[in-house]
Amino acid sequence: MSALLDKRLIVVTGKGGVGKTTVAAALGLIAARSGKRTVICEVAEQERIAGLFGADESGHEERELAPGLHSISVDPERAKEEWLRYQLKSGTLAGVLGGSSLFRYLSAAAPGLSELVTIGKVWDLAQLERRTGGSVFDLAIVDAPATGHGIAMLRAPSTYAGVARVGPIRRQALRIDGFLRDSARTGVVVVALPEEMPVNETFDLERRLAEEMDMVIDTAIVNGLYPERFTGAEVKRLREATPSPNADGAVRAALAEHERVRGQRAQLRRLRRGLAAPVATLPFLFAPELGLDQLDELARRLERRL
Amino acid sequence: MIERWLERKQVCICAGSGGVGKTTTSAAIALGMAARGKKVAVLTIDPARRLANSLGLPELGNEERRVNVDGLEGELWAMMLDPKRTFDEIVEWHAPDERTRDAVLSNRIYQELSNAVAGSQEYMAMEKLHELHQEGRYDLLVLDTPPTRNALDFLDAPRRLTEFVDSRALQVFTAPAGIGLKLLGRGTGVVFSVMKRATGIDLLADMGEFFKSFAGMTEGFRERAARVNELLADSRTAFVLVTSPRRHALEDAVWFHHRLMEAGMPFAGVIANRVHRGGGDSDPAALASLLGEDLARKVLRTYEDERRLADRDRAGLAELRSRIGRKPIVEIPHLHDDVHDLDGLRQMDEYLFGREGPGR
Repeated sequence: MSALLDKRLIVVTGKGGVGKTTVAAALGLIAARSGKRTVICEVAEQERIAGLFGADESGHEERELAPGLHSISVDPERAKEEWLRYQLKSGTLAGVLGGSSLFRYLSAAAPGLSELVTIGKVWDLAQLERRTGGSVFDLAIVDAPATGHGIAMLRAPSTYAGVARVGPIRRQALRIDGFLRDSARTGVVVVALPEEMPVNETFDLERRLAEEMDMVIDTAIVNGLYPERFTGAEVKRLREATPSPNADGAVRAALAEHERVRGQRAQLRRLRRGLAAPVATLPFLFAPELGLDQLDELARRLERRL
Repeated sequence: MIERWLERKQVCICAGSGGVGKTTTSAAIALGMAARGKKVAVLTIDPARRLANSLGLPELGNEERRVNVDGLEGELWAMMLDPKRTFDEIVEWHAPDERTRDAVLSNRIYQELSNAVAGSQEYMAMEKLHELHQEGRYDLLVLDTPPTRNALDFLDAPRRLTEFVDSRALQVFTAPAGIGLKLLGRGTGVVFSVMKRATGIDLLADMGEFFKSFAGMTEGFRERAARVNELLADSRTAFVLVTSPRRHALEDAVWFHHRLMEAGMPFAGVIANRVHRGGGDSDPAALASLLGEDLARKVLRTYEDERRLADRDRAGLAELRSRIGRKPIVEIPHLHDDVHDLDGLRQMDEYLFGREGPGR
């Protein structure tokens, strides 16, 4: 765990709906509690971290949610302005360009540009010397988009480095790309559920990260694992119980859950067998919604398992 | 229920946030309609093989593939859209001559960027959908959209594309040297020199080259964008929102619904996956006498956990109902096993289409 938290950037990705945001928030809590000034970056118009901590949304502004824990939701438009200001070393010139409809049309039409400026902003947050002059963080955690879009974001710098053969864009893009590929500085956490498709997608992700980015997964985290409540003998007794109108609902619910647990364990075994990266698990919490108490519990468990 | 939504429809677009079972639901709708006598094609842009997975195919390509399932009255076909390939095809189609075509296809910017897809992906899916619809080989096309909010960017894409094509920005690159800058008026020279400083001169020149070679095709693009938009808004199209009863998925569903209404798209209804049902009442005393104290306590706890989730789901869906108005919502219970194969899809059929079962 310490090795993971000692990096400067952790990329959290995985299939949609598996709990990436929750894991990113839990990792952030662990890091902040161990004394690291930490920032969690949300991208692609998402802003859920602040809500988890009962704070209002604040968009592209860095804000403190808990002692040492900050968050920001990266806005590509703002990130683009910041980049221009830095590149041109002049707010006035940046204003000229930003205000030009020609530039707006061109930059809106250039595919992948918003991914590039987004990952550029995330990169900047992870630097010991910030380009945009903000305060320095010990660790940045990015709650990255799901699988395909996540990889597209990580690939944006090398794509643009290829497009611009010379010049400042190429230099910047190569620096960011080098940082992402350096496993001493950038870590990857993939979140999954113990179900068929998320497990398949985790395999795909491991392969694609290696092929397209030379990146390895530091840890896979399997979320939402149900507890094994019943022994084999108990399940047998439940199956053989005499039908009774006052008890059947509960017995059926228990047996249904048992089936789900069996399915989950089989998928977890499959993931462990097929994945090169180590696999940690987090329990399913039966709380109706995820609040601070639940996040706290997940953070404590995660800290022990990594 | 779904059969009624899709009566006289030729296109069904499934939208929703990630992890709510969109691909599975698209496949189940397509399978169900094929079982009921339609010739159906289900399309996905998702390269993660989820659709191939649930249909029991090793993989899917940019060509439709027949899915052989026993007992279908109609036919089921599936394909994975390849946005890069589609983009190339459109260029080939619109290019006025071979020279222009080759100039675009071999342009470095085009090659790098159309490979990286990202923004253009959703729009290319719409293009392909439109093409398949034009060809008229299927009774129904079911489209599984990508799992992001940007998935609905295609609603804006035709407008954005037209705006760009009409914009003076393009004219700068397409008019003879000198005249282009004049079109933009004074100050453009400054913008250009600042842009060179920010991006590097090479990139700008390459972009100019790219837009210049594109210019001959703009009319075709504009026309096509307009027709794609017509198809989406047509009464033969149905948008279906897929969600789960979890809070953030429901919030996304409300957002998607709002976007669709705003854009004047034909909305059919919501499918809520993985709804916890809870089950009937259970009496602790009856349980204890049936199973003994210890086991009864465990069973009761499981049951209560489940019921809490059922209460949450019911409240969430009630909230959704109140926020999207009188729109139909179909609930699919949280099945024991996650749905990922044909058997699972058949299990969903009962909830999507009602208990009558397919055929006859």
